[in-house]
This record gives sequence, C-alpha cells and structure tokens, in this order.
Amino acid sequence: MNFKAEVLEKKIINKPKYPRKSEAIYNTEAGRIQKRIILDKAAKILFLLSTLFALLVLAILIFRIGHQSVGWLSLKFLKGNLSIFPEKAGIYGVIIGSIRLMAVVAPVTIILGVATAIYLEEYASKGKLQAFINTNISNLAGVPSVIFGLLGLTVFGRLLNLGSSILAGGLTMSLLVLPIVVVASQEAIRAVPGFLRDASYAMGASKWATIRTVVLPVALPGILTGSILALSRAIGETAPLVVLGIPTLILKIPTSIMDDFTALPIQIYYWTLDTVLTAEYANLAAATIIVLLVMLFLMNSTAIFIRNKFQKRY
Amino acid sequence: MTIPIDKNNKGQNVIYDVKNLDLWYGNDQALKNLDFAIGENEVTAIIGPSGCGKSTFIKTLNRMIEMIPNVRTSGEILYRGTNIFDKSVRVEELRTKVGMVFQKPNPFPKSIYENVVYGPKIHGIRNKKQLMEIVETSLKSAALWDEVKDRLHDNAYGLSGGQQQRLCIARCLAIQPDVLLMDEPTSALDPIATHRIEELIEELKKNYTIVIVTHSMHQAGRISDKTAFFLSGEIIEFGKTTVIFSNPKDQRTEDYITGRFG
Amino acid sequence: MDKTVRVKDIIKKNINSNKNRQIEKIMPTLFFLAATISILTTIGIVSTLVVDAYKFFRQVPIKEVFSTKLAPLGSNPSFGILPLINGTVITSIIAMGVAIPIGLTAAIYLSEYASENCRKALKPIMELLAGIPTIVYGFFAYSFVTPLLMTIIPDLGAKNALSPGIVMGIMIIPLVASLSEDAMNSVPNAMREGALALGSTKLEVTIKVVVPAAISGIIASFVLGISRAIGETMIVVIASGSSKNFTFDVTKSIQTMTAYIVEFTSGDAGSGTLGYYSLYAVGLILFVFTLLMNLLARYISRRYREEY
Repeated sequence: MNFKAEVLEKKIINKPKYPRKSEAIYNTEAGRIQKRIILDKAAKILFLLSTLFALLVLAILIFRIGHQSVGWLSLKFLKGNLSIFPEKAGIYGVIIGSIRLMAVVAPVTIILGVATAIYLEEYASKGKLQAFINTNISNLAGVPSVIFGLLGLTVFGRLLNLGSSILAGGLTMSLLVLPIVVVASQEAIRAVPGFLRDASYAMGASKWATIRTVVLPVALPGILTGSILALSRAIGETAPLVVLGIPTLILKIPTSIMDDFTALPIQIYYWTLDTVLTAEYANLAAATIIVLLVMLFLMNSTAIFIRNKFQKRY
Repeated sequence: MTIPIDKNNKGQNVIYDVKNLDLWYGNDQALKNLDFAIGENEVTAIIGPSGCGKSTFIKTLNRMIEMIPNVRTSGEILYRGTNIFDKSVRVEELRTKVGMVFQKPNPFPKSIYENVVYGPKIHGIRNKKQLMEIVETSLKSAALWDEVKDRLHDNAYGLSGGQQQRLCIARCLAIQPDVLLMDEPTSALDPIATHRIEELIEELKKNYTIVIVTHSMHQAGRISDKTAFFLSGEIIEFGKTTVIFSNPKDQRTEDYITGRFG
Repeated sequence: MDKTVRVKDIIKKNINSNKNRQIEKIMPTLFFLAATISILTTIGIVSTLVVDAYKFFRQVPIKEVFSTKLAPLGSNPSFGILPLINGTVITSIIAMGVAIPIGLTAAIYLSEYASENCRKALKPIMELLAGIPTIVYGFFAYSFVTPLLMTIIPDLGAKNALSPGIVMGIMIIPLVASLSEDAMNSVPNAMREGALALGSTKLEVTIKVVVPAAISGIIASFVLGISRAIGETMIVVIASGSSKNFTFDVTKSIQTMTAYIVEFTSGDAGSGTLGYYSLYAVGLILFVFTLLMNLLARYISRRYREEY
C-alpha cells in the first residue's frame, strides 16, 4: 500500500507541465483550439466542484449536527443516566457500554487477526489452502453487516445462549471487523524486509523466534494502525447490534461482559426513531453523534500518529 | 584435464570438506561438482564474475540457501566431519556455529545493545550482567566499542554504513561462532569503511575461520590465505592466494585476475 | 576464555531443549486454528442462513415468494419478496446515480488535475467521509436531507426512498472515488504523454486515453459501490421507513431487504414462526446478491486488467 503510494507520488511529480500556448502555433484552426481549451477549463472546474461537493457535505453534516447538539451536549449529558425525559437524559452508561464492547472486540480481533495473518504469510505454503483462506477473507469483508447480525443472533445469541450481552455483541462485531485486521496485518508482515529475517535466521533463530523478535516488532505499527481502524469501524456499527436485539432503554450501567448493554450508535438509532414522539430526541441523537465522532476522531488521529511516528527507519 | 587445485588442503585442519556438491535452482544448475576443503583459522576468499555461484556457495555453508524455494542439492558438505545435510543436523545449531555477514548491512531496527544481545537472548541467555559482558566483548572484537560505548541504546540505524556492518559482525561474534561467512561484506561501503573492515578481518582470523566472497580481486589478495576461483558454478582453481595471484595454473583464472573479463 | 566456553555451552544446551522444540511445533497449529476462524465464520453464515431459509421456502409456495404482496404480520400473512427487492433496487439506483458521476469526476480531478498539495489536502477529507458511521448518515438523511428536499418536492413523505438513496450515494462517493483514482493512477504516464504530445487537451487525454485504459478498475469500483448500496442498512432503516408496498414512487416510503431484517429482529417475531424464518430467507438472498457483486468486481478487475 505504502509502496504504491510512493510510486504514485513519483508519477505526479514527474508529470511534466505542457505549455498550452505552443499548441496554437501548430494548429491553423485557431477557433477550434480555443473551443477545446475552454472545454478543458470548464471540465476542470466541474471536476473540482465534484471533489469539493464531498467537502461541502462533510461541512454541512458536521455543522448541522453540531448545531443541533448545542445546549444539549454538556457535562451533565456525558455523566448522566438514560431517561425518557430529554432534559434529564445522559449517556454515561452508553459510553461505558461502547467502551466495554470495544474491550471485547479489541483483544479478540487483534489476537485472531494477527494469528491468521502470521499463518497466511509465514507458515502456509503458497498453495490452494492459502489462496482459499485469502479469498474467503476478502469475501467476508464484503458481507453486509446486517448479515453478521443474523449470524450473531443465531449462533451467539440463541445457540450459545449469550442473549444480547456485551459478549454476544462483542463477538459478533469481532467477526465483522476481523478481515480488516487480517488484511492490514498481512500487509504489515509482508512489508518486513527479507534481510531482517535473514539476519535472524543466520543467527540460528528458529522460525517462531524470528517472527516473535523480528517480524512482529517491525510490523507492529502497521498492525496497530489496522487494528485501530477496525475498532473505529466497530464502534460506529449499528445494524448487527440492532439485529442482536439490544434493548431500547437500559438504565443499569453494565458491569460484566454478560450484562445487557447499549452502545452509542444504538442510542442514536433509537432516539432518531423516536423523534416522532419527542422532537428533542433529535437533539439528544445529535449530541450523541458528536460524542461518537469525537471518539472516532481520537482513534483515527492515534492511528495516523502511530503511522507517522514509526515510519520505517531502515 | 585435471583441475589444478589443492583439493585436500594439505597441512591444515579441515573445517569444511565439500564433496561432490551440486546445486540446482529448479532446473538450473548453479553449482557443479564442487570438491575442495576449507582449512581452520584461515581466510578463504571466493572470487569470480557475477553469477558464478560464489554467493550461492557461501549460503550453502550455513544452509541459508534453503530459504529460497525450489533449491535442491546433492553431494556432501562435511562440517568437522558431519554432513550438514544429514537429517540429524539441526539447521539452527549449525548456524550458531557458523555466523554470517551479509552484503548490505542488516542491523535490526533496534538499539545497538539490542542488536548485539539478539543472538544470546533468543538462545536463552537472560542474565543482564552476562549480556552486558557479551556486548562489550563482541563490540570490542568488532572494533566498534570505542565509537558506540556511550550510545549503546541509540537506534542502530543512526550509525554509518561501515559502523552498521561492524555491528553486524559484533552481532555474529556475540554467539561465539567458529566460522564467519562474509558475503561481499564491503560492497556497499566506501573505501575508508572497507579498509576498516579489512583490518578487522585480519584481526579476527586469529580466532575464527573466515570464508569471504568478494568481487574485488585486490581485496582477496590483501586479506586471504587461500583463494577459490569460481566460474559458471564450477571451481576452476583453488590454492594459496599468493600462488593463485602470481602464478595461476589455469588460463581462465589468469584472464579473470588480469581483468580480461568479469 | 572462561566466558567464551560458557556462552557456547548455554546456547548448545538451550538450542536442543525439548521445550523450545515443542513450542516450535505447536505454534503453526495455533496459527492455523486462528486462520480457520474465518472459514468457520463463512460456514456459520451460510449454514445459519440456509437452514432457516430452507424452513421458509418449504412452507411458502414459490409463487407467493415472487409476488408483490408482503404482509408478514397480517392474519393471513403473505410473503412476497418483490417489494423488498424493488426497494433495494430503487434506493441503490438513486445512490449510484449520485455516487458514480460525483465519485468518478472527483477521481478524475484528483488523479489528472489536482496538484500534489491539493491531493494531499483533499484525500483525508474523502477518508473522513468514508469513516463516518452509517447511523450518522441515517440521522442526517432523516433530519436534514428529507426536510430540505421537501422544500423542493412538497409531496415528499417524511419517510421516502429518495433521501436515503441520495445520502447512501454520498456515503459511497469515497469508495468509488478512491478505487477509480487508484485505477487511473496506475495508467502509465507514457500513455498520457503520447496523447499530449499530439496536442490533445487534458480533458481529451482523460476521456480518450486514461479512462478507457483504467476502465476495468473503474467499473469494478462501481460494482463494489452497488454491493455496498445493497447491503447498507441504517440509512434506509431510518429514512425510508417500513412500508411494504410495491411502488416505483420514490417520494413514498419503501422497505429494503436490509431494513426488513432489522424491523423483524427488533420486533417480536418469535423463534419458530414463519415470519422469523422469512428473515433468513431475505438474509440469504441479500447475501447471495452482495457475494455475486463482490465476485463480479474481482472478476472484472482481474480479467480485464490491462498489462502495460
């Protein structure tokens, strides 16, 4: 991925600038040339507007939701408990629910994801099994999250009788974001230069010793970046939790992973649905969205920080 | 035609005895019927034009060549009398006795200290005091101690290329091998750094057997006791360096040494 | 010399220790077991869906399944799936109507026109847009885009197909833009230079050289976009409601396959009822749809990958 970006950057730098004026000299149909140049300029502006549209939407979205949350997003809101009365409602338990959920998702996905990547990159022989697992993982990445919800409902919720506990939600979410961690870890492991492995093997290190002491430490920044991105996907996912049947109003703050819980996106969902009943719920939803976006922003900044801080030194 | 080589390396304790060694990459034969012996506490230089198999050969001595897929060998390499290809030989154990220095300096992206203790640590030495002793002895033997003793915990990639290569040598010395394999160790270095490595090799040969692949005939002439000339996977001539350089028996050796090809 | 002997001996002792050898043997097995989790997940998804969908298809005549009457909770329930497929297709068409033109032109701008600095500034914005949870888009569609559209289309329902369709399109723009841009960036510069040297404008080079050369990657990005649109859940759940009518009117509430699943699981359809099994039947169809799209996208980008 990085390598590709480098190549692309080089290409851009090397892209020569062409003096447009000289074109006219070689073409006698000056009018036609003029028209083509104007068309080119118009297209450029159009393309730029397209790109800026994305920026515009982002700006409107953040401004609008921020505006709706003004007056509602307060310390009291962050520290209070849920309530059916908008003025009294707080999302402390919801934030705790989301954090507890991540506390299940993070270890499960990182351990399983990195282990899978190690198997695929270091141990599996380059054959059909490896290709099969790789294809399988990229297909899983494309399965809609609501389907993972059905899997979680059936297997974790009903078969293993975990109901709509943090554990059930966490395991469902883990399976959903596992492909992200696997693929990121695979790329990070693949990017560890062969000469470092050679140095280790030449010292008589075994395969596992080499993986443990050379490959994983060098691949760690890439693995962490991928893991954080996976978690930031998981923290905002709603559909699987809704399908699992996370209850509407949980007044108790979850203490164990077997407890029922609610999470930020779920709460946003229910409040949005109920704006028909109580208009102020929209403000609560907006305030909760801001909390969620801030958490996402912090996670992504950490990922970018890690990526920049541990840029390759060799 | 008899190959004019001093096959049995008379008058020396033999450490490596290569017997009828063939090696293929897939269907391409890279080494052809190599048959010679490497003596203990000597510097043996392997020279020859690019693609002659000299790098392949040195990587066979510690079986690093097996990292490349589709490599096949036949014949034997006896290391102190034991065939290294024998099933009972553990490749990890062989490599603790036979250290290797690579073409491009390849320290780990860790501190200088961590680089040197890497080998001892993975082989189970945990004692901090012992490790520090090893670091000091190894860095001193690699003529690097004075330059780095105040910054042992700095990243190894802050060192110059020549220092990095000496660090890699120190890293090998830390597990106290008997043999040092050096695969063009100075090809990525400037002349001054090269000179320092050559001095170091002079010093190391008192305690270690050294096999060095080099593309520089001058280097071979300066530092080695014995020289083997490889061409197209075959060993053309092997013998005392002084003899090979002053009075080669084979026309091809002479052509190469005098710079007519390669 | 004492030390010398010691280090060597320790190494010799440790390297032959049984413990180390056993760890060396166990680790690959552990990693392999971890790798099988992904296969088990696939098996789990397929078997979960197939088993309960089978129960559904055994009880409901195929003629009813392919009817336009969907009334799962009525006293005389009917399970026509066409309204759901219709809802999914309509919202996806609207989404791609937004995502394809904007995503592609943004990709062209970033790849062909933008300066290095401009690219560096704009790409993170695309990434940010791609990282926003879909629930946020759903809220945005329902509480902002729908009221906004009502000022233009007074007949627009509070729940409708148009608004979530558009917002879904916005959500998919970064996907189409970044994949198309990758495809266009991998077109070698020599091809551009050849055309530019003949006096073509940048626009002509883009349309006649770059886009055709990158077409497989671009189309693959569209197909992946469609797959995302089909599988998208929260935006449509929130903003398009749950009307089970079979209609092509985008100003009316419609239901997609994904929204049906959400409505039924969060509702009271008890295990063992036909309504409960219908969930898995819809899930299975949804799964097959998206899987086919993903496979198609991979096939296109592989099969028609130009060799430069």
